[in-house]
Amino acid sequence: MGLTLAEKILSHKAGREARAGELLVVEVDQVMVVDSIAGSFFRRLEYLGATPRYPERVSIVIDHVAPAANLEVAKAQKEIREWGHKHGIRVFDVGRGVCHQVLVEEGLAQPGWIVVGSDSHSTTYGAVGAFGTGMGATDIALAAASGRTWFRVPESVKVTFRGRLPRGVTAKDAALEMVRLLTAEGATYMAVEIHLLDGAESLSRGERMTLANLTVEAGAKAGLVVPSGEILQLYRVPDWLYPDPDARYVREVEIDLSTLSPRVSVPFYVDNVHEVAEVRGKRVDQVFIGTCTNGRIEDLRAAAEVLKGRKVAPGVRLLVIPASSQVLEEAARDGTLLTLLQAGATIGTPGCGPCMGRHMGVLAPGEVCVSTSNRNFRGRMGAPDAEIYLASPRVAAASAVAGYIATPEDLASLPQEEAHA
Amino acid sequence: MPRVWKFSDHINTDDILPGKYAPFMVGEDRFHTFAFAHLRPEFSKEVRPGDILVFGRNAGLGSSREYAPEALKRLGIRAVIAKSYARIFFRNLVNLGIIPFESEEVVDALEDGDEVELDLEGGVLRRGEERFQLRPPPPFLLEALKEGSLLDYYKKHGRFPGE
Repeated sequence: MGLTLAEKILSHKAGREARAGELLVVEVDQVMVVDSIAGSFFRRLEYLGATPRYPERVSIVIDHVAPAANLEVAKAQKEIREWGHKHGIRVFDVGRGVCHQVLVEEGLAQPGWIVVGSDSHSTTYGAVGAFGTGMGATDIALAAASGRTWFRVPESVKVTFRGRLPRGVTAKDAALEMVRLLTAEGATYMAVEIHLLDGAESLSRGERMTLANLTVEAGAKAGLVVPSGEILQLYRVPDWLYPDPDARYVREVEIDLSTLSPRVSVPFYVDNVHEVAEVRGKRVDQVFIGTCTNGRIEDLRAAAEVLKGRKVAPGVRLLVIPASSQVLEEAARDGTLLTLLQAGATIGTPGCGPCMGRHMGVLAPGEVCVSTSNRNFRGRMGAPDAEIYLASPRVAAASAVAGYIATPEDLASLPQEEAHA
Repeated sequence: MPRVWKFSDHINTDDILPGKYAPFMVGEDRFHTFAFAHLRPEFSKEVRPGDILVFGRNAGLGSSREYAPEALKRLGIRAVIAKSYARIFFRNLVNLGIIPFESEEVVDALEDGDEVELDLEGGVLRRGEERFQLRPPPPFLLEALKEGSLLDYYKKHGRFPGE
Protein backbone atom coordinates (compact mmCIF):
# COMPACT_ATOMS: atom_id res chain seq x y z
CA MET A 1 0.00 0.00 0.00
CA GLY A 2 1.41 3.39 -1.01
CA LEU A 3 1.65 6.63 0.94
CA THR A 4 -0.44 9.78 0.86
CA LEU A 5 1.21 13.16 0.45
CA ALA A 6 0.90 13.81 4.21
CA GLU A 7 2.49 10.43 4.96
CA LYS A 8 5.26 11.19 2.44
CA ILE A 9 6.17 14.48 4.10
CA LEU A 10 6.04 13.12 7.64
CA SER A 11 7.97 9.97 6.62
CA HIS A 12 10.63 12.12 4.99
CA LYS A 13 10.97 14.16 8.17
CA ALA A 14 10.95 11.13 10.45
CA GLY A 15 13.56 9.33 8.34
CA ARG A 16 11.38 6.22 8.24
CA GLU A 17 8.05 5.16 6.82
CA ALA A 18 5.22 6.73 8.81
CA ARG A 19 1.63 5.60 8.45
CA ALA A 20 -1.67 7.20 9.43
CA GLY A 21 -2.37 6.78 13.11
CA GLU A 22 1.25 6.76 14.34
CA LEU A 23 2.52 9.39 16.74
CA LEU A 24 5.72 11.09 15.62
CA VAL A 25 8.02 13.80 16.86
CA VAL A 26 9.56 15.62 13.88
CA GLU A 27 11.66 18.70 13.14
CA VAL A 28 9.82 21.73 11.84
CA ASP A 29 11.16 24.01 9.12
CA GLN A 30 9.36 27.17 10.10
CA VAL A 31 7.46 28.38 13.17
CA MET A 32 5.09 31.26 12.50
CA VAL A 33 3.85 33.44 15.36
CA VAL A 34 1.19 36.13 15.04
CA ASP A 35 0.89 39.27 17.15
CA SER A 36 -2.31 38.24 18.91
CA ILE A 37 -0.67 35.35 20.74
CA ALA A 38 2.91 36.63 20.92
CA GLY A 39 2.50 37.50 24.61
CA SER A 40 1.41 33.94 25.43
CA PHE A 41 4.30 32.65 23.29
CA PHE A 42 6.85 34.75 25.19
CA ARG A 43 5.41 33.81 28.63
CA ARG A 44 5.63 30.11 27.77
CA LEU A 45 9.23 30.38 26.58
CA GLU A 46 10.06 32.28 29.78
CA TYR A 47 8.40 29.52 31.83
CA LEU A 48 10.54 26.94 30.02
CA GLY A 49 13.62 29.12 30.44
CA ALA A 50 14.15 28.71 26.70
CA THR A 51 14.77 30.76 23.59
CA PRO A 52 14.19 29.61 19.99
CA ARG A 53 16.55 26.76 19.18
CA TYR A 54 16.87 27.82 15.54
CA PRO A 55 16.18 31.59 15.41
CA GLU A 56 16.20 31.58 11.60
CA ARG A 57 13.27 29.17 11.62
CA VAL A 58 10.97 31.53 13.55
CA SER A 59 8.96 34.43 12.10
CA ILE A 60 6.66 36.82 13.92
CA VAL A 61 4.06 38.71 11.92
CA ILE A 62 2.22 41.77 13.22
CA ASP A 63 -1.01 41.44 11.27
CA HIS A 64 -4.04 40.58 13.42
CA VAL A 65 -4.47 44.14 14.69
CA ALA A 66 -2.19 46.27 12.58
CA PRO A 67 -1.69 49.11 13.20
CA ALA A 68 -2.44 48.88 16.93
CA ALA A 69 -6.05 49.69 17.82
CA ASN A 70 -5.55 50.46 21.50
CA LEU A 71 -2.95 50.76 24.24
CA GLU A 72 -2.92 47.04 25.16
CA VAL A 73 -2.19 46.08 21.57
CA ALA A 74 0.41 48.81 21.20
CA LYS A 75 2.23 47.49 24.29
CA ALA A 76 2.06 43.90 23.03
CA GLN A 77 3.45 44.90 19.64
CA LYS A 78 6.24 46.94 21.24
CA GLU A 79 7.24 43.83 23.16
CA ILE A 80 7.34 41.85 19.88
CA ARG A 81 9.76 44.31 18.28
CA GLU A 82 12.02 44.40 21.33
CA TRP A 83 11.97 40.63 21.78
CA GLY A 84 12.66 40.04 18.08
CA HIS A 85 15.60 42.41 18.18
CA LYS A 86 16.99 40.83 21.34
CA HIS A 87 16.80 37.24 20.09
CA GLY A 88 17.56 37.83 16.42
CA ILE A 89 14.06 36.79 15.31
CA ARG A 90 12.53 38.00 12.05
CA VAL A 91 9.60 40.37 12.66
CA PHE A 92 7.30 41.47 9.84
CA ASP A 93 5.90 44.73 11.11
CA VAL A 94 2.67 46.69 10.60
CA GLY A 95 1.69 46.92 6.96
CA ARG A 96 3.70 44.00 5.61
CA GLY A 97 0.54 41.90 5.43
CA VAL A 98 -1.34 38.79 6.57
CA CYS A 99 1.02 36.14 7.98
CA HIS A 100 0.28 33.38 5.45
CA GLN A 101 0.59 35.66 2.44
CA VAL A 102 3.82 37.14 3.81
CA LEU A 103 5.46 33.77 4.51
CA VAL A 104 4.66 32.52 1.02
CA GLU A 105 5.92 35.74 -0.59
CA GLU A 106 9.12 35.57 1.47
CA GLY A 107 9.82 31.94 0.51
CA LEU A 108 9.36 30.83 4.12
CA ALA A 109 7.07 27.99 3.06
CA GLN A 110 8.63 25.55 0.61
CA PRO A 111 7.49 22.27 -0.95
CA GLY A 112 8.02 19.38 1.48
CA TRP A 113 8.50 21.64 4.52
CA ILE A 114 6.65 21.44 7.80
CA VAL A 115 5.37 24.87 8.80
CA VAL A 116 3.52 25.29 12.09
CA GLY A 117 1.69 28.53 12.73
CA SER A 118 -0.20 30.06 15.63
CA ASP A 119 -3.14 30.63 13.31
CA SER A 120 -5.59 27.99 12.19
CA HIS A 121 -5.35 29.04 8.53
CA SER A 122 -1.75 27.80 8.43
CA THR A 123 -3.18 25.07 6.20
CA THR A 124 -2.67 27.70 3.46
CA TYR A 125 0.98 26.62 3.05
CA GLY A 126 -0.30 23.40 1.50
CA ALA A 127 -0.75 25.43 -1.70
CA VAL A 128 3.00 25.17 -2.31
CA GLY A 129 3.24 21.56 -1.08
CA ALA A 130 4.21 22.37 2.52
CA PHE A 131 2.62 20.56 5.45
CA GLY A 132 1.17 23.65 7.13
CA THR A 133 -0.88 23.38 10.28
CA GLY A 134 -2.27 25.63 12.97
CA MET A 135 -1.54 25.22 16.67
CA GLY A 136 -2.00 27.00 19.99
CA ALA A 137 0.56 29.08 21.84
CA THR A 138 1.94 26.16 23.90
CA ASP A 139 2.61 23.96 20.88
CA ILE A 140 4.13 26.90 19.04
CA ALA A 141 6.38 27.81 21.98
CA LEU A 142 7.51 24.18 22.31
CA ALA A 143 8.18 24.01 18.56
CA ALA A 144 10.32 27.15 18.78
CA ALA A 145 12.15 25.98 21.90
CA SER A 146 12.84 22.43 20.73
CA GLY A 147 12.80 22.83 16.95
CA ARG A 148 10.34 19.93 16.93
CA THR A 149 6.70 19.07 17.44
CA TRP A 150 4.53 15.99 17.82
CA PHE A 151 1.99 14.82 15.30
CA ARG A 152 -0.43 12.01 14.91
CA VAL A 153 0.11 11.08 11.26
CA PRO A 154 -3.25 11.99 9.73
CA GLU A 155 -5.51 9.95 7.54
CA SER A 156 -6.28 11.70 4.26
CA VAL A 157 -9.36 12.70 2.31
CA LYS A 158 -8.69 13.01 -1.42
CA VAL A 159 -10.44 15.90 -3.16
CA THR A 160 -10.06 15.97 -6.93
CA PHE A 161 -10.95 19.12 -8.83
CA ARG A 162 -11.35 18.54 -12.57
CA GLY A 163 -11.81 20.85 -15.53
CA ARG A 164 -11.89 24.63 -15.74
CA LEU A 165 -13.93 27.19 -13.86
CA PRO A 166 -16.65 28.87 -15.93
CA ARG A 167 -16.24 32.63 -16.43
CA GLY A 168 -17.29 34.45 -13.27
CA VAL A 169 -16.74 31.46 -11.01
CA THR A 170 -13.65 31.50 -8.82
CA ALA A 171 -11.43 29.34 -6.64
CA LYS A 172 -13.40 30.68 -3.64
CA ASP A 173 -16.59 29.16 -5.04
CA ALA A 174 -14.74 25.87 -5.56
CA ALA A 175 -13.36 26.01 -2.01
CA LEU A 176 -16.81 26.70 -0.52
CA GLU A 177 -18.23 23.80 -2.52
CA MET A 178 -15.48 21.59 -1.06
CA VAL A 179 -16.38 22.66 2.49
CA ARG A 180 -20.07 22.05 1.80
CA LEU A 181 -19.36 18.52 0.58
CA LEU A 182 -16.94 17.67 3.40
CA THR A 183 -18.93 19.52 6.13
CA ALA A 184 -17.38 21.41 9.07
CA GLU A 185 -16.17 18.19 10.70
CA GLY A 186 -15.70 15.95 7.66
CA ALA A 187 -11.91 16.18 7.69
CA THR A 188 -11.27 16.53 11.42
CA TYR A 189 -7.82 15.16 12.37
CA MET A 190 -7.19 14.49 8.67
CA ALA A 191 -5.24 15.92 5.78
CA VAL A 192 -7.20 17.05 2.74
CA GLU A 193 -5.14 16.08 -0.29
CA ILE A 194 -6.11 18.19 -3.29
CA HIS A 195 -5.56 16.92 -6.83
CA LEU A 196 -5.98 19.33 -9.75
CA LEU A 197 -6.61 17.51 -13.04
CA ASP A 198 -7.93 17.93 -16.60
CA GLY A 199 -7.33 21.69 -16.77
CA ALA A 200 -7.58 22.46 -13.05
CA GLU A 201 -3.78 22.32 -12.79
CA SER A 202 -3.82 25.78 -14.36
CA LEU A 203 -5.01 27.24 -11.03
CA SER A 204 -2.45 29.80 -9.82
CA ARG A 205 -0.53 29.74 -6.56
CA GLY A 206 -2.93 32.31 -5.17
CA GLU A 207 -5.97 30.24 -6.13
CA ARG A 208 -4.39 27.16 -4.57
CA MET A 209 -3.88 29.19 -1.40
CA THR A 210 -7.63 29.89 -1.32
CA LEU A 211 -8.36 26.15 -1.59
CA ALA A 212 -5.79 25.10 1.03
CA ASN A 213 -6.86 27.96 3.34
CA LEU A 214 -10.45 26.76 3.56
CA THR A 215 -9.62 23.10 4.24
CA VAL A 216 -9.42 23.97 7.96
CA GLU A 217 -13.10 24.89 7.79
CA ALA A 218 -13.71 21.18 7.20
CA GLY A 219 -11.62 20.48 10.30
CA ALA A 220 -8.44 19.54 8.42
CA LYS A 221 -5.02 19.39 10.01
CA ALA A 222 -3.42 20.17 6.64
CA GLY A 223 -4.63 20.93 3.12
CA LEU A 224 -2.04 19.68 0.69
CA VAL A 225 -2.28 20.56 -2.98
CA VAL A 226 -0.32 18.06 -5.09
CA PRO A 227 2.31 20.25 -6.83
CA SER A 228 1.59 20.92 -10.50
CA GLY A 229 1.32 23.80 -12.97
CA GLU A 230 2.68 27.12 -11.73
CA ILE A 231 4.12 25.57 -8.56
CA LEU A 232 6.58 23.52 -10.64
CA GLN A 233 7.86 26.75 -12.22
CA LEU A 234 8.03 28.75 -8.99
CA TYR A 235 9.63 26.13 -6.72
CA ARG A 236 12.13 23.31 -6.69
CA VAL A 237 9.75 20.46 -5.91
CA PRO A 238 11.52 17.38 -4.48
CA ASP A 239 11.15 14.15 -6.49
CA TRP A 240 9.53 12.34 -3.57
CA LEU A 241 6.80 14.94 -3.04
CA TYR A 242 3.94 13.05 -4.68
CA PRO A 243 1.31 10.72 -3.28
CA ASP A 244 1.63 7.11 -4.43
CA PRO A 245 -1.06 5.99 -6.89
CA ASP A 246 -2.10 3.22 -4.48
CA ALA A 247 -2.23 5.44 -1.39
CA ARG A 248 -5.15 4.78 0.94
CA TYR A 249 -7.80 7.46 1.53
CA VAL A 250 -10.62 7.60 4.05
CA ARG A 251 -12.85 9.19 1.46
CA GLU A 252 -12.59 10.46 -2.11
CA VAL A 253 -14.55 13.44 -3.41
CA GLU A 254 -14.72 14.74 -7.00
CA ILE A 255 -15.63 18.29 -7.96
CA ASP A 256 -16.14 19.22 -11.61
CA LEU A 257 -15.14 22.88 -11.78
CA SER A 258 -16.99 23.43 -15.06
CA THR A 259 -20.36 22.80 -13.38
CA LEU A 260 -19.91 25.28 -10.51
CA SER A 261 -21.76 28.55 -10.00
CA PRO A 262 -21.05 31.38 -7.52
CA ARG A 263 -21.49 30.28 -3.92
CA VAL A 264 -22.14 32.01 -0.63
CA SER A 265 -21.71 30.70 2.89
CA VAL A 266 -24.62 31.75 5.09
CA PRO A 267 -24.43 32.55 8.86
CA PHE A 268 -23.37 31.13 11.20
CA TYR A 269 -21.49 28.14 9.80
CA VAL A 270 -18.93 28.02 6.99
CA ASP A 271 -20.32 24.75 5.63
CA ASN A 272 -23.77 26.31 5.25
CA VAL A 273 -23.04 26.93 1.56
CA HIS A 274 -25.72 27.94 -0.94
CA GLU A 275 -25.95 29.23 -4.49
CA VAL A 276 -26.01 33.02 -4.62
CA ALA A 277 -29.46 32.82 -6.19
CA GLU A 278 -30.86 31.54 -2.87
CA VAL A 279 -29.88 34.68 -0.93
CA ARG A 280 -29.92 37.24 -3.74
CA GLY A 281 -31.49 40.48 -2.57
CA LYS A 282 -30.31 40.32 1.04
CA ARG A 283 -29.56 43.94 2.01
CA VAL A 284 -25.90 44.63 2.96
CA ASP A 285 -24.28 47.32 5.12
CA GLN A 286 -20.63 46.46 4.61
CA VAL A 287 -18.54 44.60 2.06
CA PHE A 288 -15.05 43.44 2.98
CA ILE A 289 -12.58 42.27 0.35
CA GLY A 290 -9.30 40.96 1.74
CA THR A 291 -7.75 38.39 4.16
CA CYS A 292 -5.54 35.33 3.74
CA THR A 293 -8.41 33.74 1.82
CA ASN A 294 -9.00 36.40 -0.84
CA GLY A 295 -6.79 39.47 -0.47
CA ARG A 296 -4.35 38.72 -3.27
CA ILE A 297 -3.77 40.69 -6.46
CA GLU A 298 -5.99 38.42 -8.55
CA ASP A 299 -8.79 39.00 -6.01
CA LEU A 300 -8.41 42.79 -6.13
CA ARG A 301 -8.33 42.67 -9.93
CA ALA A 302 -11.49 40.54 -10.02
CA ALA A 303 -13.23 43.08 -7.78
CA ALA A 304 -11.95 45.99 -9.89
CA GLU A 305 -13.25 44.36 -13.06
CA VAL A 306 -16.75 44.36 -11.54
CA LEU A 307 -16.42 47.86 -10.05
CA LYS A 308 -14.97 49.59 -13.12
CA GLY A 309 -17.20 52.50 -14.09
CA ARG A 310 -19.59 51.78 -11.22
CA LYS A 311 -20.16 53.18 -7.73
CA VAL A 312 -20.76 51.56 -4.39
CA ALA A 313 -24.45 51.86 -3.42
CA PRO A 314 -25.31 54.70 -1.01
CA GLY A 315 -25.22 53.49 2.58
CA VAL A 316 -22.84 50.63 1.85
CA ARG A 317 -19.23 50.64 3.06
CA LEU A 318 -16.73 48.86 0.82
CA LEU A 319 -13.48 47.99 2.60
CA VAL A 320 -10.60 46.62 0.57
CA ILE A 321 -7.60 45.39 2.53
CA PRO A 322 -4.77 43.92 0.44
CA ALA A 323 -3.24 40.77 1.90
CA SER A 324 0.26 42.24 1.75
CA SER A 325 2.33 45.29 0.93
CA GLN A 326 3.42 43.52 -2.25
CA VAL A 327 -0.21 43.09 -3.30
CA LEU A 328 -0.91 46.76 -2.52
CA GLU A 329 2.09 47.84 -4.58
CA GLU A 330 1.04 45.73 -7.55
CA ALA A 331 -2.50 47.09 -7.30
CA ALA A 332 -1.10 50.63 -7.30
CA ARG A 333 1.13 49.92 -10.27
CA ASP A 334 -1.44 48.32 -12.56
CA GLY A 335 -4.31 50.74 -11.90
CA THR A 336 -6.45 48.36 -9.86
CA LEU A 337 -6.23 50.66 -6.86
CA LEU A 338 -7.49 53.67 -8.80
CA THR A 339 -10.48 51.71 -10.08
CA LEU A 340 -11.33 50.62 -6.53
CA LEU A 341 -10.99 54.18 -5.19
CA GLN A 342 -13.11 55.64 -7.99
CA ALA A 343 -15.85 53.15 -7.17
CA GLY A 344 -15.82 54.40 -3.56
CA ALA A 345 -13.75 51.75 -1.80
CA THR A 346 -11.89 52.49 1.43
CA ILE A 347 -8.39 50.97 1.41
CA GLY A 348 -6.98 49.58 4.67
CA THR A 349 -3.49 48.71 5.87
CA PRO A 350 -2.40 45.25 4.62
CA GLY A 351 -3.20 42.75 7.38
CA CYS A 352 -6.18 40.82 8.72
CA GLY A 353 -8.48 43.85 8.90
CA PRO A 354 -11.88 43.29 10.57
CA CYS A 355 -11.92 39.51 9.92
CA MET A 356 -12.01 38.70 13.64
CA GLY A 357 -13.91 41.79 14.75
CA ARG A 358 -11.19 43.77 16.46
CA HIS A 359 -10.84 46.92 14.38
CA MET A 360 -11.11 48.55 10.95
CA GLY A 361 -14.72 47.58 10.21
CA VAL A 362 -16.42 46.04 13.26
CA LEU A 363 -20.11 45.31 12.66
CA ALA A 364 -22.92 46.98 14.66
CA PRO A 365 -25.97 45.04 15.91
CA GLY A 366 -28.14 43.81 13.06
CA GLU A 367 -25.66 44.71 10.33
CA VAL A 368 -24.97 42.48 7.35
CA CYS A 369 -21.56 42.04 5.76
CA VAL A 370 -20.51 40.24 2.61
CA SER A 371 -16.92 39.20 3.20
CA THR A 372 -14.28 37.37 1.18
CA SER A 373 -12.85 35.99 4.43
CA ASN A 374 -13.17 32.48 5.85
CA ARG A 375 -15.44 32.51 8.90
CA ASN A 376 -19.02 33.63 9.43
CA PHE A 377 -19.34 32.52 13.05
CA ARG A 378 -21.75 34.26 15.42
CA GLY A 379 -20.23 37.55 16.60
CA ARG A 380 -17.02 36.98 14.65
CA MET A 381 -16.83 40.52 13.24
CA GLY A 382 -18.56 42.39 16.05
CA ALA A 383 -22.13 42.28 17.37
CA PRO A 384 -23.42 38.78 18.13
CA ASP A 385 -26.39 39.23 15.81
CA ALA A 386 -24.46 40.78 12.92
CA GLU A 387 -24.45 38.52 9.87
CA ILE A 388 -21.47 37.57 7.70
CA TYR A 389 -21.97 36.06 4.24
CA LEU A 390 -18.79 34.58 2.77
CA ALA A 391 -18.33 34.93 -0.96
CA SER A 392 -15.83 35.53 -3.77
CA PRO A 393 -14.37 38.97 -4.53
CA ARG A 394 -16.63 39.20 -7.62
CA VAL A 395 -19.81 38.55 -5.66
CA ALA A 396 -18.60 40.86 -2.88
CA ALA A 397 -17.93 43.68 -5.35
CA ALA A 398 -21.26 43.18 -7.12
CA SER A 399 -23.07 43.21 -3.77
CA ALA A 400 -21.37 46.51 -2.87
CA VAL A 401 -22.71 48.08 -6.06
CA ALA A 402 -26.20 46.61 -5.78
CA GLY A 403 -26.55 47.22 -2.04
CA TYR A 404 -27.76 43.67 -1.66
CA ILE A 405 -26.28 40.23 -2.32
CA ALA A 406 -25.84 39.90 -6.08
CA THR A 407 -23.57 38.56 -8.80
CA PRO A 408 -21.89 40.79 -11.40
CA GLU A 409 -24.33 39.40 -13.95
CA ASP A 410 -27.24 40.77 -11.87
CA LEU A 411 -25.81 44.30 -12.19
CA ALA A 412 -26.46 44.39 -15.93
CA SER A 413 -30.19 44.22 -15.30
CA LEU A 414 -30.20 47.01 -12.70
CA PRO A 415 -31.83 50.25 -13.84
CA GLN A 416 -29.12 52.79 -14.62
CA GLU A 417 -29.84 55.04 -11.60
CA GLU A 418 -29.90 52.02 -9.30
CA ALA A 419 -26.58 50.77 -10.69
CA HIS A 420 -25.07 54.20 -9.99
CA ALA A 421 -23.23 53.94 -13.31
CA MET B 1 -21.10 20.22 44.08
CA PRO B 2 -19.76 20.85 40.54
CA ARG B 3 -22.43 21.72 37.98
CA VAL B 4 -22.72 20.91 34.31
CA TRP B 5 -22.67 23.70 31.75
CA LYS B 6 -24.06 22.16 28.59
CA PHE B 7 -23.54 23.59 25.13
CA SER B 8 -24.67 22.48 21.66
CA ASP B 9 -22.80 20.97 18.70
CA HIS B 10 -20.24 23.07 16.77
CA ILE B 11 -19.33 25.50 19.54
CA ASN B 12 -16.39 27.41 18.08
CA THR B 13 -13.54 29.24 19.77
CA ASP B 14 -15.14 32.59 18.84
CA ASP B 15 -18.09 31.45 20.99
CA ILE B 16 -15.76 30.45 23.85
CA LEU B 17 -13.80 33.68 23.70
CA PRO B 18 -14.72 36.32 21.09
CA GLY B 19 -11.68 37.72 19.26
CA LYS B 20 -12.25 41.24 20.48
CA TYR B 21 -11.63 40.06 24.06
CA ALA B 22 -8.26 38.43 23.32
CA PRO B 23 -5.68 38.98 26.08
CA PHE B 24 -3.74 41.35 23.89
CA MET B 25 -6.87 43.43 23.33
CA VAL B 26 -8.13 43.67 26.93
CA GLY B 27 -5.11 42.66 29.01
CA GLU B 28 -3.67 39.32 30.11
CA ASP B 29 -5.25 39.75 33.57
CA ARG B 30 -8.92 39.95 32.61
CA PHE B 31 -9.62 38.26 29.26
CA HIS B 32 -11.14 35.21 30.98
CA THR B 33 -14.03 37.32 32.30
CA PHE B 34 -15.32 37.40 28.69
CA ALA B 35 -15.64 33.62 28.28
CA PHE B 36 -18.88 32.88 26.38
CA ALA B 37 -19.63 36.65 26.41
CA HIS B 38 -21.97 36.36 23.42
CA LEU B 39 -23.51 32.97 24.07
CA ARG B 40 -23.96 32.94 27.88
CA PRO B 41 -22.97 36.29 29.34
CA GLU B 42 -23.63 35.06 32.89
CA PHE B 43 -21.13 32.20 32.54
CA SER B 44 -17.92 33.81 33.76
CA LYS B 45 -19.64 35.21 36.87
CA GLU B 46 -21.52 32.06 37.84
CA VAL B 47 -19.06 29.30 36.94
CA ARG B 48 -17.27 27.70 39.90
CA PRO B 49 -13.88 25.93 39.95
CA GLY B 50 -14.38 22.25 39.20
CA ASP B 51 -17.54 22.74 37.12
CA ILE B 52 -17.78 20.54 34.03
CA LEU B 53 -18.29 21.84 30.49
CA VAL B 54 -20.22 19.59 28.15
CA PHE B 55 -20.21 20.05 24.38
CA GLY B 56 -21.81 18.23 21.47
CA ARG B 57 -19.98 17.38 18.25
CA ASN B 58 -16.93 19.18 16.83
CA ALA B 59 -16.21 21.11 20.01
CA GLY B 60 -13.88 24.07 19.69
CA LEU B 61 -13.74 24.37 15.93
CA GLY B 62 -12.26 27.46 14.33
CA SER B 63 -9.46 29.70 15.49
CA SER B 64 -6.34 28.18 17.08
CA ARG B 65 -6.55 30.75 19.91
CA GLU B 66 -5.29 28.90 22.97
CA TYR B 67 -6.54 31.77 25.12
CA ALA B 68 -10.07 30.39 24.61
CA PRO B 69 -9.41 27.20 26.65
CA GLU B 70 -6.95 29.20 28.77
CA ALA B 71 -9.87 31.43 29.84
CA LEU B 72 -11.71 28.26 30.93
CA LYS B 73 -8.65 27.12 32.87
CA ARG B 74 -8.44 30.48 34.64
CA LEU B 75 -12.07 30.01 35.64
CA GLY B 76 -11.19 26.66 37.21
CA ILE B 77 -12.33 24.21 34.54
CA ARG B 78 -10.33 20.96 34.78
CA ALA B 79 -12.30 18.72 32.45
CA VAL B 80 -14.65 18.90 29.49
CA ILE B 81 -16.80 16.20 27.94
CA ALA B 82 -17.73 16.31 24.25
CA LYS B 83 -19.10 14.01 21.58
CA SER B 84 -16.09 14.96 19.43
CA TYR B 85 -13.43 17.66 19.21
CA ALA B 86 -11.87 19.87 16.57
CA ARG B 87 -8.18 19.01 16.56
CA ILE B 88 -6.47 22.26 17.53
CA PHE B 89 -8.85 22.71 20.48
CA PHE B 90 -8.16 19.13 21.58
CA ARG B 91 -4.38 19.74 21.52
CA ASN B 92 -4.79 23.04 23.34
CA LEU B 93 -6.86 21.43 26.11
CA VAL B 94 -4.23 18.76 26.66
CA ASN B 95 -1.42 21.29 26.51
CA LEU B 96 -3.11 23.32 29.22
CA GLY B 97 -3.84 20.28 31.37
CA ILE B 98 -7.62 20.29 30.89
CA ILE B 99 -8.83 16.71 30.36
CA PRO B 100 -10.85 16.25 27.16
CA PHE B 101 -13.20 13.31 27.74
CA GLU B 102 -15.14 11.99 24.78
CA SER B 103 -18.52 10.27 25.03
CA GLU B 104 -21.74 10.43 23.00
CA GLU B 105 -23.67 8.62 25.71
CA VAL B 106 -22.63 10.80 28.63
CA VAL B 107 -23.17 14.02 26.69
CA ASP B 108 -26.68 12.87 25.76
CA ALA B 109 -27.41 11.87 29.35
CA LEU B 110 -26.29 15.12 30.99
CA GLU B 111 -28.47 18.21 31.27
CA ASP B 112 -27.44 21.80 31.81
CA GLY B 113 -27.39 22.55 35.53
CA ASP B 114 -26.95 18.92 36.62
CA GLU B 115 -24.92 18.47 39.79
CA VAL B 116 -22.21 15.86 39.29
CA GLU B 117 -18.98 14.50 40.67
CA LEU B 118 -16.12 13.58 38.36
CA ASP B 119 -13.06 11.55 39.26
CA LEU B 120 -10.58 13.02 36.78
CA GLU B 121 -8.06 10.17 36.83
CA GLY B 122 -10.47 7.26 36.76
CA GLY B 123 -12.99 8.98 34.48
CA VAL B 124 -15.91 8.06 36.76
CA LEU B 125 -18.79 10.52 36.64
CA ARG B 126 -21.60 10.38 39.20
CA ARG B 127 -24.98 12.09 39.10
CA GLY B 128 -26.85 11.11 42.24
CA GLU B 129 -27.09 7.33 42.16
CA GLU B 130 -26.10 7.13 38.50
CA ARG B 131 -22.55 6.22 37.51
CA PHE B 132 -20.97 6.76 34.09
CA GLN B 133 -17.55 5.47 33.05
CA LEU B 134 -15.59 7.79 30.74
CA ARG B 135 -12.66 6.50 28.71
CA PRO B 136 -9.40 7.99 30.03
CA PRO B 137 -7.23 9.95 27.58
CA PRO B 138 -4.59 8.05 25.49
CA PRO B 139 -1.19 7.30 27.15
CA PHE B 140 0.75 10.04 25.35
CA LEU B 141 -1.63 12.65 26.72
CA LEU B 142 -1.93 11.02 30.12
CA GLU B 143 1.84 11.20 30.54
CA ALA B 144 1.76 14.92 29.83
CA LEU B 145 -1.26 15.45 32.07
CA LYS B 146 0.50 13.69 34.95
CA GLU B 147 3.05 16.52 35.00
CA GLY B 148 0.24 19.10 34.80
CA SER B 149 0.48 20.00 31.13
CA LEU B 150 2.65 19.35 28.07
CA LEU B 151 4.59 22.49 28.91
CA ASP B 152 5.32 21.17 32.40
CA TYR B 153 6.31 17.79 30.96
CA TYR B 154 8.77 19.35 28.53
CA LYS B 155 10.15 21.65 31.22
CA LYS B 156 10.81 18.68 33.50
CA HIS B 157 12.02 16.08 30.97
CA GLY B 158 13.44 18.21 28.14
CA ARG B 159 11.60 16.03 25.60
CA PHE B 160 8.11 15.09 24.46
CA PRO B 161 6.28 12.11 26.03
CA GLY B 162 7.28 8.84 24.37
CA GLU B 163 10.27 10.43 22.65
